[in-house]
Amino acid sequence: MKKEMLDLIVKENKKLNDQYFLLILGSDTILPEMYPGQFVEVRVDNSPETFLRRPISINFVDYLKNELWLLVQIVGEGTRKLSLCKQGDLLNLLLPLGNSFTIPSTTDSKLLLVGGGVGIAPLLFLGTKLKEKGIECDFLLGGRSRDNLLQLDDFSAYGNVYTTTEDGSFGEKGFVTNHSILTNKKYDLIYTCGPTPMMKAVAAYAKSTNTECEVSLENTMACGFGACLCCVTDSTNGHVCVCTEGPVFNISKLKW
Amino acid sequence: MVDLKVKIGRMELKNPVMTASGTFGYGIEYQDFIDLSRIGGIVVKGTTLRDRQGNAYPRMAETPSGMLNAVGLQNKGVEYFINNIYPDIKSFETEIFVNVSGSTIDDYIITAEMLNDLDKIPGIELNISCPNVKEGGMAFGTSCLSAAQVVKEVRRVYKKELMVKLSPNVTDICEIAKAVEAEGADSISLINTLLGMAINAEKRIPVLSTVTGGLSGPAVKPVALRMVWQVAKAVKVPIIGMGGIMNATDAIEFLLAGASAIQIGTANFIDPTVSIKVLEGIEAYLVRHKFSSVNDIIGALEV
Repeated sequence: MKKEMLDLIVKENKKLNDQYFLLILGSDTILPEMYPGQFVEVRVDNSPETFLRRPISINFVDYLKNELWLLVQIVGEGTRKLSLCKQGDLLNLLLPLGNSFTIPSTTDSKLLLVGGGVGIAPLLFLGTKLKEKGIECDFLLGGRSRDNLLQLDDFSAYGNVYTTTEDGSFGEKGFVTNHSILTNKKYDLIYTCGPTPMMKAVAAYAKSTNTECEVSLENTMACGFGACLCCVTDSTNGHVCVCTEGPVFNISKLKW
Repeated sequence: MVDLKVKIGRMELKNPVMTASGTFGYGIEYQDFIDLSRIGGIVVKGTTLRDRQGNAYPRMAETPSGMLNAVGLQNKGVEYFINNIYPDIKSFETEIFVNVSGSTIDDYIITAEMLNDLDKIPGIELNISCPNVKEGGMAFGTSCLSAAQVVKEVRRVYKKELMVKLSPNVTDICEIAKAVEAEGADSISLINTLLGMAINAEKRIPVLSTVTGGLSGPAVKPVALRMVWQVAKAVKVPIIGMGGIMNATDAIEFLLAGASAIQIGTANFIDPTVSIKVLEGIEAYLVRHKFSSVNDIIGALEV
Protein backbone atom coordinates (compact mmCIF):
# COMPACT_ATOMS: atom_id res chain seq x y z
CA MET A 1 0.00 0.00 0.00
CA LYS A 2 1.51 3.29 -1.10
CA LYS A 3 2.12 5.84 1.61
CA GLU A 4 1.29 9.43 0.78
CA MET A 5 1.87 12.91 2.14
CA LEU A 6 -1.34 14.91 1.82
CA ASP A 7 -2.74 18.25 2.90
CA LEU A 8 -6.22 17.61 4.27
CA ILE A 9 -8.81 20.26 5.07
CA VAL A 10 -10.33 20.49 8.52
CA LYS A 11 -14.06 20.20 7.83
CA GLU A 12 -14.99 20.16 11.47
CA ASN A 13 -13.29 20.16 14.87
CA LYS A 14 -15.83 18.81 17.36
CA LYS A 15 -15.03 19.34 21.00
CA LEU A 16 -16.35 16.24 22.78
CA ASN A 17 -15.39 17.40 26.26
CA ASP A 18 -12.42 19.10 27.97
CA GLN A 19 -10.10 16.25 27.09
CA TYR A 20 -11.24 14.91 23.73
CA PHE A 21 -11.96 16.27 20.28
CA LEU A 22 -12.86 14.80 16.93
CA LEU A 23 -11.21 16.12 13.79
CA ILE A 24 -13.13 15.51 10.60
CA LEU A 25 -10.78 15.97 7.66
CA GLY A 26 -11.64 16.18 4.00
CA SER A 27 -9.79 16.28 0.72
CA ASP A 28 -10.25 17.48 -2.86
CA THR A 29 -8.82 14.20 -4.07
CA ILE A 30 -10.09 10.73 -3.22
CA LEU A 31 -8.62 9.50 0.06
CA PRO A 32 -6.41 6.44 -0.28
CA GLU A 33 -7.64 3.09 0.93
CA MET A 34 -7.06 2.64 4.66
CA TYR A 35 -7.54 -0.28 7.00
CA PRO A 36 -8.58 -0.44 10.65
CA GLY A 37 -5.59 -0.32 12.97
CA GLN A 38 -3.58 1.90 10.66
CA PHE A 39 -2.54 5.38 11.70
CA VAL A 40 -1.51 8.75 10.31
CA GLU A 41 1.35 11.10 11.24
CA VAL A 42 0.09 14.66 11.61
CA ARG A 43 2.35 17.65 11.32
CA VAL A 44 1.38 20.06 14.04
CA ASP A 45 3.34 23.14 13.06
CA ASN A 46 6.86 24.43 13.14
CA SER A 47 6.92 25.58 16.74
CA PRO A 48 9.99 24.40 18.67
CA GLU A 49 7.95 22.36 21.19
CA THR A 50 6.09 20.34 18.58
CA PHE A 51 8.95 19.51 16.32
CA LEU A 52 7.94 15.98 15.33
CA ARG A 53 4.73 14.70 13.78
CA ARG A 54 2.09 13.15 16.02
CA PRO A 55 0.97 9.57 15.31
CA ILE A 56 -2.81 9.29 15.56
CA SER A 57 -4.88 6.22 14.80
CA ILE A 58 -7.62 6.24 12.21
CA ASN A 59 -10.98 6.50 13.94
CA PHE A 60 -13.23 6.20 10.90
CA VAL A 61 -13.15 6.71 7.14
CA ASP A 62 -16.31 7.79 5.40
CA TYR A 63 -15.63 7.05 1.75
CA LEU A 64 -19.00 8.44 0.64
CA LYS A 65 -18.19 11.85 2.08
CA ASN A 66 -14.42 11.40 1.51
CA GLU A 67 -13.79 12.07 5.20
CA LEU A 68 -11.14 10.90 7.64
CA TRP A 69 -11.95 11.03 11.35
CA LEU A 70 -9.31 11.41 14.03
CA LEU A 71 -10.34 11.06 17.67
CA VAL A 72 -7.75 12.86 19.77
CA GLN A 73 -7.11 13.20 23.49
CA ILE A 74 -5.22 16.26 24.69
CA VAL A 75 -2.14 14.78 26.33
CA GLY A 76 0.55 17.37 25.57
CA GLU A 77 1.49 20.42 23.59
CA GLY A 78 1.05 18.79 20.16
CA THR A 79 -2.46 17.53 20.76
CA ARG A 80 -3.36 20.78 22.52
CA LYS A 81 -2.33 22.72 19.40
CA LEU A 82 -4.31 20.33 17.21
CA SER A 83 -7.35 20.92 19.42
CA LEU A 84 -7.26 24.57 18.30
CA CYS A 85 -7.67 23.70 14.59
CA LYS A 86 -10.43 25.58 12.87
CA GLN A 87 -12.68 24.70 9.97
CA GLY A 88 -10.80 25.36 6.74
CA ASP A 89 -7.33 24.87 8.23
CA LEU A 90 -4.99 22.57 6.34
CA LEU A 91 -3.25 19.70 8.10
CA ASN A 92 -0.34 17.86 6.56
CA LEU A 93 -0.56 14.09 7.04
CA LEU A 94 1.44 11.00 6.16
CA LEU A 95 -0.91 8.10 5.54
CA PRO A 96 -1.80 5.30 5.71
CA LEU A 97 0.87 3.94 8.06
CA GLY A 98 1.36 0.61 9.81
CA ASN A 99 -0.41 -2.73 9.55
CA SER A 100 -4.01 -3.47 10.43
CA PHE A 101 -6.22 -5.73 12.53
CA THR A 102 -6.93 -9.17 11.10
CA ILE A 103 -10.40 -9.44 9.63
CA PRO A 104 -11.66 -13.04 10.06
CA SER A 105 -12.44 -14.92 6.85
CA THR A 106 -15.59 -16.50 8.25
CA THR A 107 -18.65 -14.55 9.31
CA ASP A 108 -19.51 -16.70 12.32
CA SER A 109 -16.48 -15.67 14.43
CA LYS A 110 -17.29 -14.31 17.86
CA LEU A 111 -15.35 -11.11 18.25
CA LEU A 112 -14.80 -8.78 21.16
CA LEU A 113 -13.31 -5.31 20.71
CA VAL A 114 -11.95 -3.93 23.99
CA GLY A 115 -11.03 -0.26 24.20
CA GLY A 116 -9.98 2.09 26.95
CA GLY A 117 -9.91 5.88 26.87
CA VAL A 118 -8.79 7.27 23.52
CA GLY A 119 -7.75 3.71 22.61
CA ILE A 120 -11.29 3.14 21.44
CA ALA A 121 -10.46 5.21 18.34
CA PRO A 122 -9.38 2.46 15.91
CA LEU A 123 -12.07 0.08 17.17
CA LEU A 124 -14.86 2.15 15.64
CA PHE A 125 -13.24 1.83 12.19
CA LEU A 126 -12.71 -1.89 12.83
CA GLY A 127 -16.36 -2.29 13.83
CA THR A 128 -17.53 -0.66 10.60
CA LYS A 129 -15.32 -2.95 8.50
CA LEU A 130 -16.52 -6.03 10.37
CA LYS A 131 -20.12 -5.03 9.79
CA GLU A 132 -19.41 -4.54 6.07
CA LYS A 133 -18.19 -8.14 6.00
CA GLY A 134 -21.34 -9.26 7.80
CA ILE A 135 -19.51 -10.09 11.01
CA GLU A 136 -21.16 -9.21 14.31
CA CYS A 137 -19.07 -8.03 17.19
CA ASP A 138 -19.29 -6.89 20.79
CA PHE A 139 -17.61 -3.74 22.05
CA LEU A 140 -16.35 -3.50 25.59
CA LEU A 141 -15.37 0.08 26.32
CA GLY A 142 -13.91 1.40 29.54
CA GLY A 143 -12.92 4.72 31.02
CA ARG A 144 -12.20 6.41 34.32
CA SER A 145 -15.62 8.01 34.32
CA ARG A 146 -18.53 8.74 31.97
CA ASP A 147 -16.50 11.59 30.40
CA ASN A 148 -13.95 9.11 29.09
CA LEU A 149 -16.52 7.00 27.25
CA LEU A 150 -16.79 8.44 23.78
CA GLN A 151 -18.74 7.84 20.58
CA LEU A 152 -21.09 5.33 22.27
CA ASP A 153 -23.85 6.10 19.77
CA ASP A 154 -21.50 5.54 16.85
CA PHE A 155 -20.36 2.21 18.28
CA SER A 156 -23.89 0.97 18.91
CA ALA A 157 -24.59 1.10 15.17
CA TYR A 158 -22.04 -1.68 14.60
CA GLY A 159 -22.52 -4.07 17.54
CA ASN A 160 -23.50 -4.56 21.17
CA VAL A 161 -21.82 -2.06 23.46
CA TYR A 162 -20.80 -2.96 27.01
CA THR A 163 -19.18 -0.38 29.24
CA THR A 164 -17.26 0.00 32.48
CA THR A 165 -16.14 3.03 34.44
CA GLU A 166 -13.68 3.02 37.30
CA ASP A 167 -15.87 5.34 39.37
CA GLY A 168 -19.09 3.55 38.50
CA SER A 169 -20.63 6.64 36.88
CA PHE A 170 -21.68 4.62 33.84
CA GLY A 171 -21.93 0.91 33.00
CA GLU A 172 -20.40 -1.66 35.29
CA LYS A 173 -18.03 -0.35 37.95
CA GLY A 174 -14.40 -1.39 37.62
CA PHE A 175 -11.94 -2.21 34.84
CA VAL A 176 -12.89 -3.72 31.48
CA THR A 177 -11.37 -7.03 32.57
CA ASN A 178 -13.88 -7.18 35.46
CA HIS A 179 -16.90 -6.91 33.15
CA SER A 180 -19.43 -9.74 33.44
CA ILE A 181 -19.48 -10.28 29.66
CA LEU A 182 -16.04 -11.90 29.97
CA THR A 183 -17.39 -14.60 32.28
CA ASN A 184 -20.67 -15.02 30.41
CA LYS A 185 -19.42 -15.31 26.86
CA LYS A 186 -16.61 -17.05 24.98
CA TYR A 187 -14.92 -15.29 22.06
CA ASP A 188 -12.75 -16.52 19.18
CA LEU A 189 -10.73 -13.32 18.88
CA ILE A 190 -10.24 -10.28 21.06
CA TYR A 191 -8.91 -6.98 19.72
CA THR A 192 -7.73 -4.38 22.18
CA CYS A 193 -6.40 -0.85 22.19
CA GLY A 194 -5.90 1.44 25.16
CA PRO A 195 -3.52 2.08 28.04
CA THR A 196 -0.76 -0.53 28.29
CA PRO A 197 -1.81 -1.88 31.73
CA MET A 198 -5.33 -2.42 30.35
CA MET A 199 -4.05 -4.17 27.21
CA LYS A 200 -1.77 -6.36 29.31
CA ALA A 201 -4.72 -7.33 31.51
CA VAL A 202 -6.82 -8.12 28.43
CA ALA A 203 -3.91 -10.13 26.97
CA ALA A 204 -3.62 -12.07 30.25
CA TYR A 205 -7.35 -12.86 30.13
CA ALA A 206 -7.03 -13.97 26.50
CA LYS A 207 -4.09 -16.23 27.33
CA SER A 208 -5.91 -17.75 30.31
CA THR A 209 -8.90 -18.60 28.11
CA ASN A 210 -6.86 -19.64 25.04
CA THR A 211 -8.36 -16.86 22.97
CA GLU A 212 -6.57 -15.24 20.04
CA CYS A 213 -5.75 -11.64 20.84
CA GLU A 214 -4.48 -8.64 18.88
CA VAL A 215 -3.24 -5.51 20.60
CA SER A 216 -2.51 -2.10 19.11
CA LEU A 217 0.61 -0.48 20.57
CA GLU A 218 1.31 3.21 20.81
CA ASN A 219 5.06 3.73 21.27
CA THR A 220 6.56 7.15 20.79
CA MET A 221 8.01 7.50 17.29
CA ALA A 222 9.73 10.05 15.11
CA CYS A 223 9.02 9.04 11.51
CA GLY A 224 6.16 6.52 11.46
CA PHE A 225 7.47 4.60 8.44
CA GLY A 226 10.39 2.51 9.63
CA ALA A 227 13.33 4.85 9.14
CA CYS A 228 14.20 6.11 12.62
CA LEU A 229 13.94 2.82 14.56
CA CYS A 230 12.83 4.70 17.67
CA CYS A 231 9.47 3.02 18.36
CA VAL A 232 10.65 -0.55 18.84
CA THR A 233 8.98 -3.15 21.01
CA ASP A 234 10.53 -6.37 22.20
CA SER A 235 9.07 -9.23 20.16
CA THR A 236 9.84 -12.88 19.58
CA ASN A 237 11.93 -11.57 16.64
CA GLY A 238 13.86 -9.11 18.81
CA HIS A 239 13.35 -5.36 18.56
CA VAL A 240 10.81 -4.52 15.84
CA CYS A 241 9.33 -1.19 14.81
CA VAL A 242 5.80 -0.61 16.05
CA CYS A 243 5.22 1.69 13.06
CA THR A 244 5.89 -0.94 10.38
CA GLU A 245 5.61 -4.38 12.03
CA GLY A 246 2.67 -3.02 14.05
CA PRO A 247 0.96 -1.12 15.52
CA VAL A 248 -1.17 -4.28 15.67
CA PHE A 249 0.50 -7.36 17.14
CA ASN A 250 -0.81 -10.80 17.95
CA ILE A 251 0.09 -11.25 21.63
CA SER A 252 1.92 -14.48 20.74
CA LYS A 253 4.52 -12.26 18.99
CA LEU A 254 5.13 -10.04 22.01
CA LYS A 255 7.13 -10.73 25.14
CA TRP A 256 4.13 -9.99 27.37
CA MET B 1 21.00 25.23 -16.58
CA VAL B 2 23.15 25.32 -13.48
CA ASP B 3 25.77 22.68 -12.85
CA LEU B 4 25.01 20.84 -9.63
CA LYS B 5 27.77 18.26 -9.80
CA VAL B 6 30.22 18.18 -6.92
CA LYS B 7 33.38 16.21 -6.22
CA ILE B 8 33.87 14.55 -2.89
CA GLY B 9 37.22 12.84 -2.68
CA ARG B 10 37.59 10.31 -5.45
CA MET B 11 34.04 10.49 -6.70
CA GLU B 12 31.51 12.81 -8.23
CA LEU B 13 27.92 13.29 -7.07
CA LYS B 14 25.21 14.50 -9.45
CA ASN B 15 24.30 17.07 -6.82
CA PRO B 16 25.36 17.92 -3.26
CA VAL B 17 22.21 16.64 -1.54
CA MET B 18 22.68 13.44 0.42
CA THR B 19 20.67 11.83 3.19
CA ALA B 20 22.21 11.01 6.55
CA SER B 21 22.73 7.58 8.01
CA GLY B 22 20.13 6.43 10.51
CA THR B 23 17.51 8.78 9.16
CA PHE B 24 16.86 7.30 5.75
CA GLY B 25 16.76 3.55 6.41
CA TYR B 26 17.98 1.89 3.21
CA GLY B 27 16.22 4.35 0.93
CA ILE B 28 13.44 1.79 0.44
CA GLU B 29 11.40 3.43 3.20
CA TYR B 30 11.26 6.66 1.17
CA GLN B 31 10.42 5.27 -2.26
CA ASP B 32 6.70 6.02 -1.87
CA PHE B 33 7.47 9.67 -1.22
CA ILE B 34 10.31 10.63 -3.55
CA ASP B 35 12.22 9.66 -6.67
CA LEU B 36 15.50 8.48 -5.15
CA SER B 37 17.34 8.95 -8.43
CA ARG B 38 17.14 12.71 -8.01
CA ILE B 39 19.31 12.90 -4.88
CA GLY B 40 23.08 12.98 -4.91
CA GLY B 41 23.61 10.13 -2.49
CA ILE B 42 22.20 8.04 0.31
CA VAL B 43 24.07 6.93 3.41
CA VAL B 44 22.32 3.82 4.64
CA LYS B 45 21.77 2.78 8.25
CA GLY B 46 24.83 2.16 10.46
CA THR B 47 26.09 -1.34 9.77
CA THR B 48 28.15 -3.49 12.10
CA LEU B 49 29.89 -6.82 11.75
CA ARG B 50 27.24 -8.65 13.75
CA ASP B 51 23.53 -8.26 14.33
CA ARG B 52 22.70 -5.62 16.96
CA GLN B 53 19.37 -5.24 18.73
CA GLY B 54 20.18 -1.70 19.81
CA ASN B 55 19.13 -0.14 23.10
CA ALA B 56 15.92 -0.72 25.03
CA TYR B 57 12.81 1.40 24.44
CA PRO B 58 12.36 4.36 25.03
CA ARG B 59 14.99 5.47 22.55
CA MET B 60 13.70 8.87 21.53
CA ALA B 61 12.84 12.14 23.21
CA GLU B 62 11.46 15.19 21.48
CA THR B 63 13.29 18.31 22.61
CA PRO B 64 12.93 21.97 21.61
CA SER B 65 13.70 22.18 17.86
CA GLY B 66 15.14 18.71 17.83
CA MET B 67 15.18 15.21 19.18
CA LEU B 68 17.39 12.91 21.18
CA ASN B 69 17.88 9.36 20.01
CA ALA B 70 19.52 6.38 21.60
CA VAL B 71 18.81 3.74 18.97
CA GLY B 72 22.24 2.19 19.46
CA LEU B 73 23.00 1.03 15.90
CA GLN B 74 20.23 -1.54 15.61
CA ASN B 75 20.94 -3.48 12.40
CA LYS B 76 21.12 -7.05 11.19
CA GLY B 77 24.83 -7.09 10.50
CA VAL B 78 26.90 -6.70 7.34
CA GLU B 79 26.30 -10.21 6.03
CA TYR B 80 22.54 -9.72 6.17
CA PHE B 81 22.99 -6.37 4.44
CA ILE B 82 25.00 -7.94 1.62
CA ASN B 83 22.66 -10.89 1.10
CA ASN B 84 19.26 -9.41 1.79
CA ILE B 85 19.29 -5.65 1.42
CA TYR B 86 21.94 -4.89 -1.17
CA PRO B 87 20.16 -6.84 -3.94
CA ASP B 88 17.07 -4.65 -3.44
CA ILE B 89 18.88 -1.31 -3.45
CA LYS B 90 21.74 -1.78 -5.88
CA SER B 91 19.62 -0.62 -8.80
CA PHE B 92 18.88 2.75 -7.19
CA GLU B 93 20.20 5.46 -9.48
CA THR B 94 22.02 7.33 -6.77
CA GLU B 95 25.30 6.81 -4.94
CA ILE B 96 24.84 4.49 -1.98
CA PHE B 97 27.25 4.72 0.93
CA VAL B 98 27.23 2.32 3.84
CA ASN B 99 27.80 3.74 7.28
CA VAL B 100 30.17 1.37 9.09
CA SER B 101 30.54 1.09 12.83
CA GLY B 102 32.28 -1.33 15.15
CA SER B 103 33.22 -2.20 18.70
CA THR B 104 36.81 -3.07 17.84
CA ILE B 105 39.21 -2.10 15.07
CA ASP B 106 38.93 -5.63 13.69
CA ASP B 107 35.15 -5.19 13.42
CA TYR B 108 35.69 -2.08 11.29
CA ILE B 109 38.31 -3.78 9.12
CA ILE B 110 36.28 -6.94 8.38
CA THR B 111 33.07 -5.00 7.73
CA ALA B 112 34.83 -2.56 5.37
CA GLU B 113 36.56 -5.41 3.57
CA MET B 114 33.28 -7.20 2.96
CA LEU B 115 31.70 -4.04 1.56
CA ASN B 116 34.69 -3.33 -0.68
CA ASP B 117 33.52 -6.07 -3.05
CA LEU B 118 30.07 -4.62 -3.68
CA ASP B 119 29.98 -3.02 -7.15
CA LYS B 120 27.23 -0.55 -6.44
CA ILE B 121 28.60 0.69 -3.14
CA PRO B 122 31.18 3.32 -4.20
CA GLY B 123 32.09 4.28 -0.65
CA ILE B 124 31.65 3.90 3.06
CA GLU B 125 31.15 6.39 5.80
CA LEU B 126 33.26 5.35 8.74
CA ASN B 127 31.26 6.06 11.86
CA ILE B 128 33.68 6.80 14.66
CA SER B 129 31.17 9.04 16.33
CA CYS B 130 28.05 7.14 17.48
CA PRO B 131 27.31 8.32 21.05
CA ASN B 132 24.85 5.51 21.77
CA VAL B 133 26.94 2.38 22.03
CA LYS B 134 28.88 1.31 25.09
CA GLU B 135 32.09 0.35 23.36
CA GLY B 136 33.46 1.51 20.04
CA GLY B 137 31.63 4.19 18.08
CA MET B 138 32.38 7.54 19.61
CA ALA B 139 35.21 6.08 21.70
CA PHE B 140 37.25 5.93 18.49
CA GLY B 141 36.38 9.40 17.35
CA THR B 142 37.16 11.37 20.48
CA SER B 143 40.93 10.95 20.54
CA CYS B 144 43.30 11.73 17.68
CA LEU B 145 45.27 8.57 18.30
CA SER B 146 42.37 6.10 18.11
CA ALA B 147 40.68 8.01 15.27
CA ALA B 148 43.91 7.89 13.28
CA GLN B 149 44.43 4.22 14.06
CA VAL B 150 41.00 3.04 12.91
CA VAL B 151 41.19 5.11 9.71
CA LYS B 152 44.68 3.81 8.98
CA GLU B 153 43.63 0.17 9.40
CA VAL B 154 40.46 0.53 7.34
CA ARG B 155 42.31 2.48 4.63
CA ARG B 156 44.64 -0.50 4.17
CA VAL B 157 41.75 -2.80 3.19
CA TYR B 158 39.19 -0.43 1.74
CA LYS B 159 39.99 0.76 -1.77
CA LYS B 160 37.06 3.06 -2.57
CA GLU B 161 35.75 6.34 -1.20
CA LEU B 162 36.45 6.50 2.51
CA MET B 163 34.39 9.15 4.21
CA VAL B 164 34.96 9.56 7.95
CA LYS B 165 32.16 10.86 10.15
CA LEU B 166 33.28 12.95 13.08
CA SER B 167 31.84 13.46 16.52
CA PRO B 168 31.20 16.99 17.78
CA ASN B 169 31.71 15.75 21.35
CA VAL B 170 35.38 16.71 21.41
CA THR B 171 37.48 19.64 22.56
CA ASP B 172 39.01 20.38 19.16
CA ILE B 173 37.35 18.79 16.14
CA CYS B 174 40.03 20.20 13.79
CA GLU B 175 42.70 18.06 15.43
CA ILE B 176 40.64 14.92 14.84
CA ALA B 177 39.93 16.00 11.25
CA LYS B 178 43.63 16.49 10.55
CA ALA B 179 44.44 13.11 12.11
CA VAL B 180 41.98 11.21 9.90
CA GLU B 181 43.04 13.18 6.82
CA ALA B 182 46.66 12.23 7.46
CA GLU B 183 45.71 8.54 7.50
CA GLY B 184 44.00 8.64 4.12
CA ALA B 185 40.39 9.70 4.58
CA ASP B 186 39.04 10.83 1.18
CA SER B 187 36.42 13.06 2.75
CA ILE B 188 35.10 14.04 6.15
CA SER B 189 31.45 14.21 7.18
CA LEU B 190 30.29 16.11 10.23
CA ILE B 191 28.62 16.43 12.61
CA ASN B 192 27.23 13.32 14.26
CA THR B 193 24.81 14.00 17.12
CA LEU B 194 25.65 16.01 20.21
CA LEU B 195 25.48 14.10 23.47
CA GLY B 196 22.43 15.25 25.40
CA MET B 197 19.83 14.25 27.95
CA ALA B 198 16.15 14.66 28.77
CA ILE B 199 14.38 14.24 32.10
CA ASN B 200 10.78 13.49 32.99
CA ALA B 201 10.38 15.71 36.03
CA GLU B 202 6.95 14.36 37.04
CA LYS B 203 8.26 10.82 37.29
CA ARG B 204 11.81 11.88 38.28
CA ILE B 205 13.30 9.55 35.66
CA PRO B 206 15.34 9.99 32.47
CA VAL B 207 13.28 9.92 29.28
CA LEU B 208 15.74 7.60 27.50
CA SER B 209 16.49 4.07 28.65
CA THR B 210 20.18 4.92 28.25
CA VAL B 211 19.83 8.22 30.18
CA THR B 212 21.88 10.10 27.55
CA GLY B 213 21.41 10.19 23.78
CA GLY B 214 22.35 12.03 20.62
CA LEU B 215 20.77 15.41 19.88
CA SER B 216 19.87 16.28 16.30
CA GLY B 217 17.62 18.70 14.47
CA PRO B 218 17.73 22.49 14.03
CA ALA B 219 18.82 22.90 17.67
CA VAL B 220 22.32 21.74 16.69
CA LYS B 221 22.65 23.70 13.44
CA PRO B 222 24.72 26.65 14.70
CA VAL B 223 27.19 24.27 16.34
CA ALA B 224 27.40 22.14 13.20
CA LEU B 225 27.88 25.14 10.96
CA ARG B 226 30.70 26.45 13.14
CA MET B 227 32.45 23.08 13.11
CA VAL B 228 32.11 22.67 9.34
CA TRP B 229 33.59 26.12 8.85
CA GLN B 230 36.52 25.36 11.18
CA VAL B 231 37.24 21.92 9.72
CA ALA B 232 36.97 23.16 6.12
CA LYS B 233 39.78 25.59 6.88
CA ALA B 234 41.87 22.99 8.69
CA VAL B 235 41.94 20.21 6.08
CA LYS B 236 42.23 19.85 2.29
CA VAL B 237 39.85 16.91 1.81
CA PRO B 238 36.23 17.72 0.96
CA ILE B 239 33.70 18.16 3.77
CA ILE B 240 30.18 16.79 3.84
CA GLY B 241 28.26 19.02 6.22
CA MET B 242 25.24 18.13 8.28
CA GLY B 243 23.42 19.06 11.44
CA GLY B 244 19.85 20.38 11.57
CA ILE B 245 19.38 21.09 7.86
CA MET B 246 15.64 21.63 7.38
CA ASN B 247 15.52 23.54 4.08
CA ALA B 248 17.57 24.82 1.14
CA THR B 249 18.73 27.94 2.99
CA ASP B 250 20.23 25.79 5.75
CA ALA B 251 21.94 23.64 3.13
CA ILE B 252 23.35 26.67 1.31
CA GLU B 253 24.76 27.98 4.59
CA PHE B 254 26.72 24.74 4.97
CA LEU B 255 28.00 24.99 1.41
CA LEU B 256 29.09 28.59 1.99
CA ALA B 257 30.85 27.51 5.18
CA GLY B 258 32.94 25.12 3.11
CA ALA B 259 31.01 21.87 2.72
CA SER B 260 31.19 20.30 -0.76
CA ALA B 261 28.01 18.32 -0.11
CA ILE B 262 25.43 18.15 2.65
CA GLN B 263 23.45 15.45 4.38
CA ILE B 264 19.87 15.82 5.52
CA GLY B 265 18.99 13.86 8.63
CA THR B 266 16.23 14.48 11.14
CA ALA B 267 14.25 16.61 8.67
CA ASN B 268 13.47 13.44 6.70
CA PHE B 269 11.29 12.25 9.58
CA ILE B 270 9.16 15.37 9.49
CA ASP B 271 8.97 15.74 5.73
CA PRO B 272 10.02 12.64 3.79
CA THR B 273 10.18 14.75 0.62
CA VAL B 274 12.50 17.39 2.10
CA SER B 275 15.60 16.25 0.20
CA ILE B 276 13.95 17.07 -3.14
CA LYS B 277 12.80 20.44 -1.81
CA VAL B 278 16.34 21.23 -0.66
CA LEU B 279 17.73 20.24 -4.06
CA GLU B 280 15.24 22.43 -5.91
CA GLY B 281 15.90 25.27 -3.47
CA ILE B 282 19.65 25.15 -4.05
CA GLU B 283 19.10 25.21 -7.79
CA ALA B 284 16.75 28.19 -7.51
CA TYR B 285 19.27 30.04 -5.32
CA LEU B 286 22.04 29.51 -7.88
CA VAL B 287 19.82 30.78 -10.67
CA ARG B 288 18.68 33.76 -8.64
CA HIS B 289 22.27 34.72 -7.79
CA LYS B 290 23.46 33.97 -11.34
CA PHE B 291 25.95 31.26 -10.40
CA SER B 292 26.60 28.73 -13.13
CA SER B 293 27.79 26.01 -10.79
CA VAL B 294 27.17 24.95 -7.22
CA ASN B 295 30.95 24.86 -6.85
CA ASP B 296 30.88 28.67 -7.01
CA ILE B 297 29.32 28.84 -3.57
CA ILE B 298 31.33 26.13 -1.81
CA GLY B 299 33.41 27.90 0.81
CA ALA B 300 32.35 31.26 -0.65
CA LEU B 301 31.58 32.78 2.71
CA GLU B 302 32.86 36.34 2.82
CA VAL B 303 34.37 36.91 6.25
